[in-house]
Amino acid sequence: MSEKKYAVEIEDLVVEFKTDDGIVKALNGVDLKIEEGKTLGLVGETGAGKTTTGLSILRLVPSPPGKIVSGTIKLNGESIFEKPEEEMRKLRGKAVSMIFQDPMTSLNPVMTVEEQIAEVIELHEDINHSGAIQKAKEMLELVGIPGERGTEYPHQFSGGMKQRVVIAIALACSPSLLIADEPTTALDVTIQAQVLEMMKDLRNRLNTSMLMITHDLGIVAEICDTVSVIYGGRVIEHGSLDDVFNNTRHPYTEGLFRSLPNLDDRTSKLKPIKGLMPDPINLPEGCTFYPRCDYAMEICKTVKPSKVYRNDEHYVECHLYDENSVKEGGKIGK
Amino acid sequence: MWKFIVKRLVSMIPVLLGVTLVIYLIMSMAPGDPAKVILGEQATPEQIAALRDELHLNDPVLVQYARYIGGLLTGTMGKSYNSGLECGIEIMARFPNTVRLASVSVVLSVVLALPLGVIAAVKQNTIFDGASMVFALIGISMPVFWLGMLLILFFSLRLGWFPSSGSEGLKSLVLPAVTLGFQHMASIARVTRSSMLEVIRADYIRTARAKGVSENKVITKHALKNALIPTVTVIGLQIGGMLGGSVMTESVFAWPGIGRLMVQSINKRDIPMVLGCVIMFSVSFSIINLIVDVLYGFIDPRIKSQYK
Amino acid sequence: MSENKKTNINELSTKYKKRSQTADIFRRLCRNKTAVIGGIVVIILLLMAIFADVLHDYEGEVIKQDVTQRLQSPSAEHWFGTDEMGRDLFARVCYGAKYSLLIGFCAAVVSIAIGLVLGALAGFYGGWIDMIIMRIMDVLLAIPGTLLAIAIMASLGASIGNLVIALSVSGIPGFARIVRSSVLTIKDSEYVEAARAIGATDRIIIFRHVLPNGMAPLIVQATLRIGSVILSAAGLSFLGLGVPAPHPEWGAILSNARSYIRDYSYIALFPGLAIMTTILCLNLLGDGLRDALDPKLK
Repeated sequence: MSEKKYAVEIEDLVVEFKTDDGIVKALNGVDLKIEEGKTLGLVGETGAGKTTTGLSILRLVPSPPGKIVSGTIKLNGESIFEKPEEEMRKLRGKAVSMIFQDPMTSLNPVMTVEEQIAEVIELHEDINHSGAIQKAKEMLELVGIPGERGTEYPHQFSGGMKQRVVIAIALACSPSLLIADEPTTALDVTIQAQVLEMMKDLRNRLNTSMLMITHDLGIVAEICDTVSVIYGGRVIEHGSLDDVFNNTRHPYTEGLFRSLPNLDDRTSKLKPIKGLMPDPINLPEGCTFYPRCDYAMEICKTVKPSKVYRNDEHYVECHLYDENSVKEGGKIGK
Repeated sequence: MWKFIVKRLVSMIPVLLGVTLVIYLIMSMAPGDPAKVILGEQATPEQIAALRDELHLNDPVLVQYARYIGGLLTGTMGKSYNSGLECGIEIMARFPNTVRLASVSVVLSVVLALPLGVIAAVKQNTIFDGASMVFALIGISMPVFWLGMLLILFFSLRLGWFPSSGSEGLKSLVLPAVTLGFQHMASIARVTRSSMLEVIRADYIRTARAKGVSENKVITKHALKNALIPTVTVIGLQIGGMLGGSVMTESVFAWPGIGRLMVQSINKRDIPMVLGCVIMFSVSFSIINLIVDVLYGFIDPRIKSQYK
Repeated sequence: MSENKKTNINELSTKYKKRSQTADIFRRLCRNKTAVIGGIVVIILLLMAIFADVLHDYEGEVIKQDVTQRLQSPSAEHWFGTDEMGRDLFARVCYGAKYSLLIGFCAAVVSIAIGLVLGALAGFYGGWIDMIIMRIMDVLLAIPGTLLAIAIMASLGASIGNLVIALSVSGIPGFARIVRSSVLTIKDSEYVEAARAIGATDRIIIFRHVLPNGMAPLIVQATLRIGSVILSAAGLSFLGLGVPAPHPEWGAILSNARSYIRDYSYIALFPGLAIMTTILCLNLLGDGLRDALDPKLK
């Protein structure tokens, strides 16, 4: 296990946002590891802390109001919180880059597309402006946009094409870690598949490690090697794709699967998870999921569950399990 | 782009016709007989009647208006009731002074306001931000003419650094330009700050940061140009206020522009001259607005593509 | 399952519907200290304006000339000093609130009322009504506001009534435009479409949906408009085209003070401060209202 090399390791990350209504606890001790060349799916509902996790890796949590309270993040074994800003800046776009959620607003409206791609190349590579522009055109071709359209502005592109441009910016300097924050949510289903296919292809070609942030379990199944399920700012279940999909342990993860439509049995009813995400200002004292959990017990209200490992990789944070019962499974209804 | 400018110039024609009509109608409501104003109190009724005939004052207002427009097209604004000379000559002689004052004020206010607004936004909630916004608030709340009076009091009467009136040399331009520009500087600084605050929270700024762009470049290269879009709108909207302000400023500093000419003419009931001045201001206003619109296209490609 | 759903909906509605929107806006406004200060000063000024004739004796104090008391520096007896005719400046400046605020409110209300009707007609019905109204507004907008007012005053002559007319006219096109554009956006919005789909009448749509949602920019503009009317009124009076003598309008007092500024600068100080304070507080209130009405900006 120790010889495994990780592209990113996050330990016990706590991030808070100060607002008028109180302190929003966005992340409450997130643990996350991605092996080099592998893809991790970070799954959860809106507001669970997915994007904040991604931004933390770039050290771009908006501050104020945001604040990284504690924890460590290591990129290729080096802790990023000790780095001076200048050094961190050199990592952004080069070692780690991020594809943002909303392609409509993620591009600068007053700069041409090729300028926006060339900018990141010029920043990180020893190349002159016209060379960078040339490479930007190549990147456009790579994501399936004719190079000559590079002189156009974002408003002249469709949503899907904008997302491709965002991806081209993120991949321009062949980063070793790519954070993709719901890269397909804003797109039509048909274009979703294309974009996803393209990302998979690029990942294989450039051997990039990837953090795939999504709420779409279909995408996870398609592209990820390991899965972390995040709820209330904590990873509550983590394991390989097979572990999480076929040996689901946490009631919340189970709930996520049950709220998916079943294509094989079209008469089956969807079973949405009852209730709403807890208010991140007043998180429940014990397990953050207990108010919505069908299996809630007395202990869940007061004591935070700790990790229970099913195998080297797969763990769950839930009072339903102990060292032994977690291996048997079947605790939660099928 | 040229097509757009020509189109705009053509569409200005009906608007300016409307403007002249409105102003002509307003001025024709003035009580008193212009013939009496010209000839003075001692004139005989026959003299007055003769002059009324000569000036076509007995025609319906709209006919008079049509004749006035005809005159404008052939380059005459009519004779001043006061001096008997062609109004256009006097107005064109004064106009450059107003342009000089207004343009120096615009440049001064924009050059000072942009950095002030940007720095205030970047250093939001610091002492600098607070101080410059208090300064700006005071600026937009101060009557132009009062600021002019205070400046005269301190820098002219007390310290003797600048003349309190006249238009000789650069020195005499300083106080009027500061007076006229101050309010605009204040409001431009405020808008720049607030649009900058909005822009630096935008997703594309986050994208720029994620690319590894340095904070300075994020502000100057990515944020500023976007923040300028609402700022230019406000500068455009302010121009009208600035032309109004120039009337006050020119009065306070006895600056020989058309604003002062207009006020003097109002006091002498010299209707053609007042009419000419207001029309001159309105035409300038329309042209400035056109320039601002063109400027817009240079900043915002989304607007430029509509200009085709 | 269905019971579960019901409790969820109840939970939700109690959580989110407890505070009404108005109360929410008011709460946000009260949290903004500068806006509260601005609001309080505006209320004090309003009270000074409304009760001007109760607080001050117009004949015996405000316009009473006394040559023996002329051009006195500020003292215990004359807090702001006296002018060239021996009139007490404190009484004049305080009484002057009446003119400025009266003119400011009246002209703003007239502009809004006419602008609201014209803008709503243009926006809601479109077509040739929109065409005609907006072309006229374009013409009025092409004349800088202050100059339009100056032209009207030059023609009609200096009086308070004419001043209100002049300043109202120049404010109409701005409001008509704001109202028209918000009516247009709201008219096309999905919630109005939804209301129409469930059979709401024009009247319900206008009063329930269009007006409340278009109110926010209007209120903010109104507050700022009062300020700019007061500034313009003072400017016109300063040029001798506004409130005629001997009424102690602030701009008129300043106009008088010009000849004495070298030796008696206090005459020019207090009326100017009065104008500035009034505008400043209206602006603070307006900014506060804008922030309170538009929580997006926070």
